[in-house]
Amino acid sequence: MPEPVRRVFGKAAPLEMDDVDTDQIIPAQFLKVLTRKGLGKYLFYRWRYDENGRPREGFILDRPEFRDSVILVAGRNFGIGSSRENAVWALMDFGIKCVIASSFGDIFYGNSVKNGLLCIRLDDETVRRLRVEASKGNLTLDIDVESEMIRLPSGEVLRFRLEPNVKSWLLEGLDEIEATFRDHGEKIREYEAKMKSFKIPRRAVLPTE
Amino acid sequence: MSRTVLEKIWDDHVLARRGEDEYLLYVDRHLTHEVTSPIAFEGLRARGRRVRRPDLTFALMDHNVPTVDRALSVRDEHSREQMRALARNAMEFSITLFDYFSPWQGIVHVVGPELGLTLPGITIVCGDSHTSTHGALGALAFGIGTSEGEHVFATQTVWLRKPRQMEVVLEGRFQGYATPKDAILYVIRELGTGGMIGHATEFRGEAVKSVGVEERMTLCNMAIEGGARTAIVEPDDKVYRYLEGAPYAPSGEDWEEAKRYWDTLKTDGGARFDRSYRLNVSKLEPQITWGTNPAMCIGVSESVPDPKEVEDQTQRRMVERALSYMGLKPGQRIEGTPIDAVFIGSCTNARLSDLVMVARLVKGRKVSPDVRAMIVPGSMLVKRRAERMGLHRIFMESGFEWRNSGCSMCIAMNEDRLGPGERGVLTSNRNFENRAGPGSRVHLASPLTAAASALEGKIADPRNFDLVSLDELELEWVSPWVERNILEPLRGG
Ligand code: SF4
Repeated sequence: MPEPVRRVFGKAAPLEMDDVDTDQIIPAQFLKVLTRKGLGKYLFYRWRYDENGRPREGFILDRPEFRDSVILVAGRNFGIGSSRENAVWALMDFGIKCVIASSFGDIFYGNSVKNGLLCIRLDDETVRRLRVEASKGNLTLDIDVESEMIRLPSGEVLRFRLEPNVKSWLLEGLDEIEATFRDHGEKIREYEAKMKSFKIPRRAVLPTE
Repeated sequence: MSRTVLEKIWDDHVLARRGEDEYLLYVDRHLTHEVTSPIAFEGLRARGRRVRRPDLTFALMDHNVPTVDRALSVRDEHSREQMRALARNAMEFSITLFDYFSPWQGIVHVVGPELGLTLPGITIVCGDSHTSTHGALGALAFGIGTSEGEHVFATQTVWLRKPRQMEVVLEGRFQGYATPKDAILYVIRELGTGGMIGHATEFRGEAVKSVGVEERMTLCNMAIEGGARTAIVEPDDKVYRYLEGAPYAPSGEDWEEAKRYWDTLKTDGGARFDRSYRLNVSKLEPQITWGTNPAMCIGVSESVPDPKEVEDQTQRRMVERALSYMGLKPGQRIEGTPIDAVFIGSCTNARLSDLVMVARLVKGRKVSPDVRAMIVPGSMLVKRRAERMGLHRIFMESGFEWRNSGCSMCIAMNEDRLGPGERGVLTSNRNFENRAGPGSRVHLASPLTAAASALEGKIADPRNFDLVSLDELELEWVSPWVERNILEPLRGG
């Protein structure tokens, strides 16, 4: 169950790339885990380490001025590809609390919400401008979820929009399973009572073909 | 009001709504595999919850499993642990499991349809993005994350944003060497990897109607690579014939009732789509990817792009980066590029119909000595059927390795992979950096293009090879199911 997210404040790092897929965020070999903790060290693994596991020079999040970033400013289509929630866990374990991009992969976006990783959509031009600012190494953003505002050091304010239920989800951090049962348990039982029998798999005796 | 097939199924499953556009849907079928499930089960256990409907939940092992002899132990410790965890969880929560040793094991998106777990008009979810594959049978199928999976285990429902509606109309007929794989690669090349984000894509048109159910699965499978939330094809007689008699499919009175319901699942004449894209497939040439996402794709006779000619700066940098990662020169022709490996497998293209096509191209010919070529059937049932038909002999005589089923080189979580810098032609769906192993260079293509490349030892145009006819394959055995669902559609029926 995620902690409530009301405000994200801190350094932003630019990721100058479109179409960052979840295979890049965390490669498949690190999916062989039974817990969600400790995945931060594998974040963007192939970009940060070579085939023998030695650190590569110069990946943005490893540069001293960006190491403590909590916000990632990407490009278009961030988080496309695989449904692996490990991508979200790795970002969060690394310390990223918010990703700004002009669009997100659908499943990645949903996974982020469930875990309390704030994903903000801004238009292409604004995202590009933020990346340029961030690349100077000292862009600190103050993001308020309730009022849907990003405050820049210059005092400028950018507005973003979250769907109301995504917003309340972030602000409250509730147990969704409990909430579903509480609010809709009756509906679920009704559906099941009326469920057509063809939808229920017969107990198969698997043939030997 | 006119509705699309997707909207009809959606409406039949909505239980509630919250906020602007999030809906609670009942889940008729929950499929799960060893990679994305352990943390969901852990969550259930931590709060003392149970799986609400074990009878609607099915688990199987596919991503990690070795494709070599099943009698050998699983060498990778982490793979072994994940597989064991699934076996434990299935036992604890009373879920049917098709484990490593089951004769029904296979890739989840191949097994669901062939066992009749996938049906028209039902909702299906799985912690796997390519769940859209099941849409080819007229199901409403969504890939979900692990937290969502936990919610489905506990409540048998899922919260979803209603996707916008898109139609991709494939007109004309597939001719000769162009396959549905080439069509979907072409669509993604045109629309981009984000082209269908937020949309559910319905594949329509003469070309979709005229191909078999398995080939429709290839289309729905890869719609994900264009960013689609899911994909669907109107169910028809071909789908009924595919499912009839399958182990878990309804029978008797249930079957008749099901068909009556399925007959209503057509997109109404006046139904509105938010977006529409049309393509005539009759002149399509075989497609192959050159770069590091599925939209970086060209015709097999074309040349890779030259970054100098790309105007947008971000795009130019991506082209440069992709070319350098793939070890290709700007503007070079793709055909003739030497390769190290060929992989015919994955939930995109490893069904029986794919294997028959490959056999038609490779029969009596030899794989180049410079190439490792492997065929990994999509399920153990596909494998058994192929062996009864004698296809495996054709493959092995040509020099292909004939493996057991699993995801294999598509994701390289087992030992099947490309080494650093090695180049392969794969029939799977993702060519991301390092996808088939660290430093791997993946070209996505149809089974025909992959097979032709295996023979030549370099990226090849399948049109260089005559296909033998189905009769000339001299199949040793053909069941009525195979005749109906595999051979008939390939004959153009
Ligand atoms: S074959 Fe590849 S794409 Fe399909 S389920 Fe397995 S890993 Fe995913």
